[in-house]
Amino acid sequence: MKFRTLLRHFRESFKNIGRNGWMTFASVSAVTVTLTLVGVFLVLMMNLNHIAGNVEKDVEVRAHIDNAANDDDIKAIGKKITEMSGIETVIFSPKDEELTNLIDDLGDNGDAFKPFEQDNPLRDVYIIKTKSPQDVIKVAKKIEGFEYIQSVKYGQGYVEKLFSFVNIARNIGIVLIVGLLFTAMFLISNTIKITIVARRKEIEIMRLVGATNNFIRWPFFLEGLWLGILGSIVPIGLISVLYYNIYKYVAPQITFKFIDFLPASPFIYQISAILIVIGAVIGIWGSLMSVRKFLKV
Amino acid sequence: MIEMIDVKKTYPNGVIAINGLNVKIKPGEFVYVVGPSGAGKSTFIKMMYREEKPTSGNILVNGVSLPSIRNSKVPLFRRNIGMVFQDFKLLQTFTVYENVAFAMEVIEKEPEEIKKRVMEVLDLVGIKHKARMLPSELSGGEQQRVAIARSIVNDPKVVIADEPTGNLDPETSWEIMNIFEEINNRGTTLVMATHNRDIVNNIKRRVIAIESGKIVRDEHRGDYGYEI
Ligand SMILES: Nc1ncnc2c1ncn2[C@@H]1O[C@H](COP(=O)(O)OP(=O)(O)O)[C@@H](O)[C@H]1O
Ligand SMILES: [Mg+2]
Repeated sequence: MKFRTLLRHFRESFKNIGRNGWMTFASVSAVTVTLTLVGVFLVLMMNLNHIAGNVEKDVEVRAHIDNAANDDDIKAIGKKITEMSGIETVIFSPKDEELTNLIDDLGDNGDAFKPFEQDNPLRDVYIIKTKSPQDVIKVAKKIEGFEYIQSVKYGQGYVEKLFSFVNIARNIGIVLIVGLLFTAMFLISNTIKITIVARRKEIEIMRLVGATNNFIRWPFFLEGLWLGILGSIVPIGLISVLYYNIYKYVAPQITFKFIDFLPASPFIYQISAILIVIGAVIGIWGSLMSVRKFLKV
Repeated sequence: MIEMIDVKKTYPNGVIAINGLNVKIKPGEFVYVVGPSGAGKSTFIKMMYREEKPTSGNILVNGVSLPSIRNSKVPLFRRNIGMVFQDFKLLQTFTVYENVAFAMEVIEKEPEEIKKRVMEVLDLVGIKHKARMLPSELSGGEQQRVAIARSIVNDPKVVIADEPTGNLDPETSWEIMNIFEEINNRGTTLVMATHNRDIVNNIKRRVIAIESGKIVRDEHRGDYGYEI
């Protein structure tokens, strides 16, 4: 294809947007409606996922070391843990520090533990974070088997429930988004089906005057792209403004530990990019699907 | 130029539209195809521009054997023939100019050449002053002029027309026929299916009469030969 033909296709695709007046309007509206739904869901899902991540990130393994271990033993254990796969950080917390933390955490009631400063009943502890939070159970089980480890704690029982809850939530999210995308495709393809019947004659005539299938397809492809992009403008604007305001005014009111929102920047840009790409893809897909029927291959 | 050899066409519903047809049309000829309604004229024409494939037999147009070209190559073949229809087949959302220019854009001509040539043919068919109008703003005769302009814009060797005056009043029909004569005088082969008795009897040319899918008459300077 010559470059000027490509230019011609671009010019033609813009003209078609105007030429097809209400059909353009119908297709753009369909894209707008579906992208708004997809967008709202994406915002919810991505934030939920973020919160789930926060909760997961808080999960850690605490390995209590037997008092019988000497300094070299403790170092050896630390080395062994660090060398395990999937470990993010290993922090050593001596029992004195543990006690100070405990007393601080308890505030006024902490004073009751003051007498123990002379005879600390706590143990030295390794605090371990794994790269993937869901690995803690595996890591904890392994460390349990090490020498001089008195006990390993990671919130047994609670953590398993948390993970299965998070996993279910994520899967439901994925299913919902995929379902929504299919609904979007269905809605768009139906809209296009209606609009395209009117253009069936147009395609027939083009073939009659010697246009190859690719020559016919190009402007449709570009037109679909523009329709998709046009259709994503309103959802992007709407979601950006809403999210920005929620992030600025509502989010600071929520002080519950794990609940925070993804920062408006770059999140708004990311979601906009995602929406524009989805819009473009369904626009192009719909447009090409609709010509396909009338191009005798 | 155009040759049909033992051509038969049976439609999927079982109707035999063309039933053993042989014909040869030489370069520069002007041929009327006449016959009663349902005789197979349109099928005969459609097979020439590969809208329909013969069920058996062979068709050669410009040296190309039509039954053997692939569907995807059909548009390429059609670039060498002009086509005119009873219902004009103009792109409704394209202006007069754009309709004609489209046939040249398809073969990737240069924009300057397109502009020049399109205005030239629009002038030839006498519709230049309405170049910016949409087909819906034109009369039937004017739309047919645009269709004819489009059919000849790439200088095809053959122009095929199926009842080009079928939707036009007598006076307009004559104007259209003048344009066709002019095109034929410039050396373009013309094949035209028609019901128009006056035209066939007054502009005397070769007449091929088809009945029940067979050629029943083929005369050098023939008459229409049917009442109405
Ligand atoms: N697409 C088609 N499918 C089935 N039958 C057809 C089709 N086109 C034409 N026919 C039949 O073929 C016969 C010839 O039709 P046609 O070539 O249109 O004749 P004419 O143009 O001379 O009136 C008619 O009986 C018509 O009903
Ligand atoms: Mg007919």
